[in-house]
Amino acid sequence: MGWFKRSPWVLHYNATSCNGCDTEVIVSLTPLYDLERFGIINTGNPKHADILLATGSVNDKSVQVLKTLYEQMPNPKVIVAVGLCAISGCVFQDCYNVLGGVDKVLPVDVYVPGCAARPESIIDGVIKACDILEEKYAQRKKTYARTQP
Amino acid sequence: MNTICEVYQSLSILERMLVFLVLAPFVGGLLAGIDRKLSARLQGRYGPPLRQPFFDVLKLLQKERIVVNKFQNFNILLLFVFTIFSGALFFAGADLLLTIFSLALAGTFFILAGFSVGSPYSHLGAEREVIQMVSYEPMVILMAIGMYQVTGSFKVADLVQFQKPLILYLPGIFAGFLYILTIKFRKSPFDLSMSHHAHQEIVRGITTEFSGPALAVIEVTHWYENVLLLGMVYLFFAFNPWIALGVSLVTFLFEIFIDMNYARFKWQLTFASSWLFTAVAGISNIIVLNFMK
Repeated sequence: MGWFKRSPWVLHYNATSCNGCDTEVIVSLTPLYDLERFGIINTGNPKHADILLATGSVNDKSVQVLKTLYEQMPNPKVIVAVGLCAISGCVFQDCYNVLGGVDKVLPVDVYVPGCAARPESIIDGVIKACDILEEKYAQRKKTYARTQP
Repeated sequence: MNTICEVYQSLSILERMLVFLVLAPFVGGLLAGIDRKLSARLQGRYGPPLRQPFFDVLKLLQKERIVVNKFQNFNILLLFVFTIFSGALFFAGADLLLTIFSLALAGTFFILAGFSVGSPYSHLGAEREVIQMVSYEPMVILMAIGMYQVTGSFKVADLVQFQKPLILYLPGIFAGFLYILTIKFRKSPFDLSMSHHAHQEIVRGITTEFSGPALAVIEVTHWYENVLLLGMVYLFFAFNPWIALGVSLVTFLFEIFIDMNYARFKWQLTFASSWLFTAVAGISNIIVLNFMK
């Protein structure tokens, strides 16, 4: 059994968001919601993180950073797209510099809708991401066992 | 309690070392859990469960191993080995000086680990760790000297057997030791190089490039170190095991309280204040003790 469910560490990146969803992510750390009671820690370091919370519509500038952050995270890892911009680009999707959503560049596992996404739904999304983390860990273990003699 | 002490004293040196190696991670992890829960409550949050540090370590052991420099994990391994070596020596009742030097060597390997990777954050953390080490090391040595002055022995086994309360002879040294204990526990206002509560800032420093199992080893090493340091607090009150255990626990809670109440100092203030405190409380205590004899 994996322990990811009990201690998922979150990395939060603002990929050209309007800062609305980001504020809500920070709000979910405050005493009212207190993410830490689930063992969730908001780290600033991709090498410590299990879950990448990405907000914003992703443009030509931020896509490089987003990709680098994802590559630096150790496996198993999960991406959560927070807010409508991160899901589809929302009202910015026709802009010339906007890619329109995190899933255009990286494999997103959980979508958290809302403009801005509510703290409750963000917490829900992270808890859902924990289950996917467990699945990915089990899968990794299985393939690892198969490749090793 | 007295029977527990007698049983412990009847064990051979190797058995005592084994007791420390097996029990210390559980005690240290539980203390870390109390720390996180209490910190959360003091901030008005609900806080994680008491077993959270164990969950974190178990999870980190399951993560992928990422290495940017092949020597980085070797240094972390040496940090682990020398920390548990000094802890085992202490709890086996061996020389206090050897314990302190071995602990300093472990700290040195932690700094080397910070410098062995390429990240500038890690380098900054390692530089701050050097400053912290220079700040606290004189007081740790003075503690051993003061205890030798009173009891005439560096052996931990003799110090525990000493019937008079050491704290009455060494109040200044105890105060100075409390001051640098905040640095050793990596608590605010002295958590410059590797803070436990700040995850966003430069102060995560030295652990920047360590992920997965290596980070788990750093965490477990910190638990061992905390137990060892609380053991040193125990020595001051060793005339009565119950009082000593109580004071050790209260000291830990006090450090959490300090942690919650102070903003982080700059390194200049950390260095100057701890040396000043060492001089005023520690050295003056030793001088007075010298004239009393």
